[in-house]
Amino acid sequence: MKTSQQRISGLFFVIILLSFVSGLAAEEMIVPDPNDSTKICIPQPPTDVKATDAVYDKGNVVDLNWTLSSDDDAAGKVLRYQILRRKAGEGDFTSIDSVVSGTTFYKDESVEPGQSYEYEVVAICDGGSGPSDPSAPVTPDMEWLDFRLTNLFLIGLLICGAVIYFIAKAKRGKTLFIRKIAGLEAVDEAIGRATEMGRPILFVPGIQDMDDVQTIAGLTILGRVARVVADYDTKIKVPVSRSLVMTASRETLKAAYMAAGHPDAFNEDMAQYITDEQFGYVAAVDGMIIREKPATVFLLGAFFAESLILAETGNSIGAIQIGGTANPPQLPFFVAACDFTLIGEELFAASAYLSGEPRQLGSLKGQDVGKALAMIAIILGALATTIGQTWHIDFISKFADLLNSLFRTN
Amino acid sequence: MRRQVPLIITFFIGALLIISVFIPPMTSLKETFTLYFDIIAVFAFFLGGGNLLRVHLSKLQGRKEDWGFSLVTVIGFAFMLTIGLFKIGNPGGISASITADDSLFQKLFNFVLVPLGSTMYALLAFFVASASYRAFRAKNREATILLIGAFIILLGRTPFGMMLTSWVPDQFSILQIPNLAIWVMNGPNLAGQRAIMIGIGLGVVSMSIRILLGIERSYLGEEQ
Amino acid sequence: MNWVPRIIAISGSDLGVIISLVVIGGGMIWLLLQSIKAGDVDRRIVFLFIFISVSVPILFPITFAETATPIVKKLYDRIEDLPEGSTVLISFDFDPAMAPEVQPMADAITRHCLVKNQKVIFMSLWATGQSLLNVTMQNVVKAEFPNKIYGVDYANLGYKAGNEGVLNVIVSNFRKMFPTDVNNVSLDSIPIFKRIRSCQDVNLIVSIGGGKPGVKEWILFVGDPGNVPIGCGVAAVVAPQLYPYYPKQLLGILGGIKGAAEYESELIHHYKQFAHVDTPGLRMMGPQTLAHVVIMAFIILGNISFFVARRRGRRQ
Repeated sequence: MKTSQQRISGLFFVIILLSFVSGLAAEEMIVPDPNDSTKICIPQPPTDVKATDAVYDKGNVVDLNWTLSSDDDAAGKVLRYQILRRKAGEGDFTSIDSVVSGTTFYKDESVEPGQSYEYEVVAICDGGSGPSDPSAPVTPDMEWLDFRLTNLFLIGLLICGAVIYFIAKAKRGKTLFIRKIAGLEAVDEAIGRATEMGRPILFVPGIQDMDDVQTIAGLTILGRVARVVADYDTKIKVPVSRSLVMTASRETLKAAYMAAGHPDAFNEDMAQYITDEQFGYVAAVDGMIIREKPATVFLLGAFFAESLILAETGNSIGAIQIGGTANPPQLPFFVAACDFTLIGEELFAASAYLSGEPRQLGSLKGQDVGKALAMIAIILGALATTIGQTWHIDFISKFADLLNSLFRTN
Repeated sequence: MRRQVPLIITFFIGALLIISVFIPPMTSLKETFTLYFDIIAVFAFFLGGGNLLRVHLSKLQGRKEDWGFSLVTVIGFAFMLTIGLFKIGNPGGISASITADDSLFQKLFNFVLVPLGSTMYALLAFFVASASYRAFRAKNREATILLIGAFIILLGRTPFGMMLTSWVPDQFSILQIPNLAIWVMNGPNLAGQRAIMIGIGLGVVSMSIRILLGIERSYLGEEQ
Repeated sequence: MNWVPRIIAISGSDLGVIISLVVIGGGMIWLLLQSIKAGDVDRRIVFLFIFISVSVPILFPITFAETATPIVKKLYDRIEDLPEGSTVLISFDFDPAMAPEVQPMADAITRHCLVKNQKVIFMSLWATGQSLLNVTMQNVVKAEFPNKIYGVDYANLGYKAGNEGVLNVIVSNFRKMFPTDVNNVSLDSIPIFKRIRSCQDVNLIVSIGGGKPGVKEWILFVGDPGNVPIGCGVAAVVAPQLYPYYPKQLLGILGGIKGAAEYESELIHHYKQFAHVDTPGLRMMGPQTLAHVVIMAFIILGNISFFVARRRGRRQ
């Protein structure tokens, strides 16, 4: 039989137990207030998700477009969009990237060609998300040819074809007329002057590396100049700004001296590396010019701000100077300070011109076809645009637009 | 063989790079070969640096003319190489970046090399004047046109240009020097720049074809 | 257009004008007499006059009022007309050698954007550009606009290697190339980038520089394909090459010190609060103008000498 004390303890225990259970029940039974929107956020999903294969690529790009979620507005409810992807028909979507709100476009560059994919775009807000319907499957494909560059290809074919045609024509013995280029006519005279005066020749092939076509043009002219220098036994110095150009210059000079029958006269130090630093190089070359007083200075290659410094220093010692570059802003400085200037394309024509070899001269004629094409297009285009816009003649304006589109590459 | 291999490589790689422009899967080849070139150029640094040291050390040894300049060159070369390589004066120690802001290397770059470069660049101001004095003379028709054009641009870049032609009525405002200067830049200058750029483009094409086909070989040290 | 110049009196400028007139003017008269005797002037005399014409206005400032030419005004007007809160990207694509010419432009354009409450994103394609970018941030942004908040009103992406490869990517996706800013803070955490996913979301791009990579690369890889308006500030020697792109692909060009001076002048004219800020462009126009005048004087002297000698030769 239980005592009153035992009954009170038991009651006490039951009360505690009931309190505990009711407390738990109270937690589980909290019903979220549907009017309390700070706790749950379900944004409207983006719509119209379209996945398309990107054109003219390696087959690894899919373009994804969609319409913004209606909740993506100035209030900023939508924070970002999550991009999900899966292989078509397989498993769950996985996240591949996210973009900021307001975005309607994404470029997926991590797909494999030939594999089908499906996409979902999920609008994300603080605490919730709204996924779109999956896109239709898309299979990225590789295009082997970029047809947007058809114009470039055809024009390139035309010009290269003309060059090759005239090379072949010259090989067959046809004499081709090439106009005189004063700077190149003066090369032999300039070298002769240095020989008579007993002073060296300075040849500067520009300040760029062997990956610049102007440097190669300069070195091809060096080859021709070095052959004459070797014949006359004149001293030549070739200070360079790049190590690879130094090795190429040495090979050129060595070959020239060997061809002239004076291999012993060749010295590796004729081609000397100075520094890659632009103005350090200029300071060193200026010092050489002032101290060694060359009678002839060739400045043929890629030049930048240092062009006038070099040319004026050469002028100050009374040297005869032949300058040439394909960098248009520097041409006026050479024109002002040098005795002869090779302007742009004349620098590239120089080696062909100096060699006199028919095949090389033929390439110059082919280049002229390109110039003729450019001139005709410019004249026709300018006339068509002027007439079309002044007198509002539709078909002439369309012709001008056609000409414009022919020479675009995008 | 020694002659053939470089020509074959030149033709093959050149043709490949031209074709890669038109074939999308191959468009990244250009970046790849540019990287290859950069790697080769880095190795070539050793050749250039070695040549520089050899030339100047031999001048020092033989006490040849102007050996003092060679001494400065060798000292500068050795000093920068040492502090750069061993990060001397670099607060972060040997594992820090060579161009860390407080490093001795960066300070020498900022306070020695950069001002020296600016000084050389500043020479242009003097040389422009002496070149202008000598070159802009009305010796013939073309030189006279050059002279007039130079004068218009020079005046147009100063307030005196407008001062001299402020009396010109607005109907003929094109004759006001600043407007004339703008017209010269937008008209004849632009036409000339475009013409030169077209010519350069065609010259590059022609030269490249000669190199690719092996017609032009003197840059390889080949006698034609 | 009223372009009549006014000489703005700053302390020392009267002395500068007097010294310039006396020394240079007097020297020119002496040289004129030499030229009439058909003597050529030694180039060292030419160098001396250039030295005087450049150093006197620096030591005793002479400033001329400038008015913006249309090619500069177009860029100014574009920034002026942008709605408040627009985003402008300024790229510092130059090295210390070019800085004296183009840094004033960068400062002036930054000042203009901030006073108009535009949001400014700074970046650089040149390794040396980053430290020059910091100079503008210190001297203009932090010094003149202390109320502007980093991340809200402006942000610094710093330098990214890759030249045009960088532009190829950021034209469609900023975060791929710049996942964080220069302080390693994620772009997603920076308020200014909330609605900026690529260059196409930027209202205006201004490239300051003139080398490579530079303005041409911005036009080729971002402006044209992304249809983004681009303006530029370049060294004077580079400006002529960019005229073919104006006004279709480039909406304005600031060329050299003159371009910088014109922009600064326009800014001071419309915003009186900038009347006392440092204007290096306007300041440097004094030496440039005087040097131009000296060069023109020497050209005239050279021609006088040439014609006198030719006439004497014919008589003989």
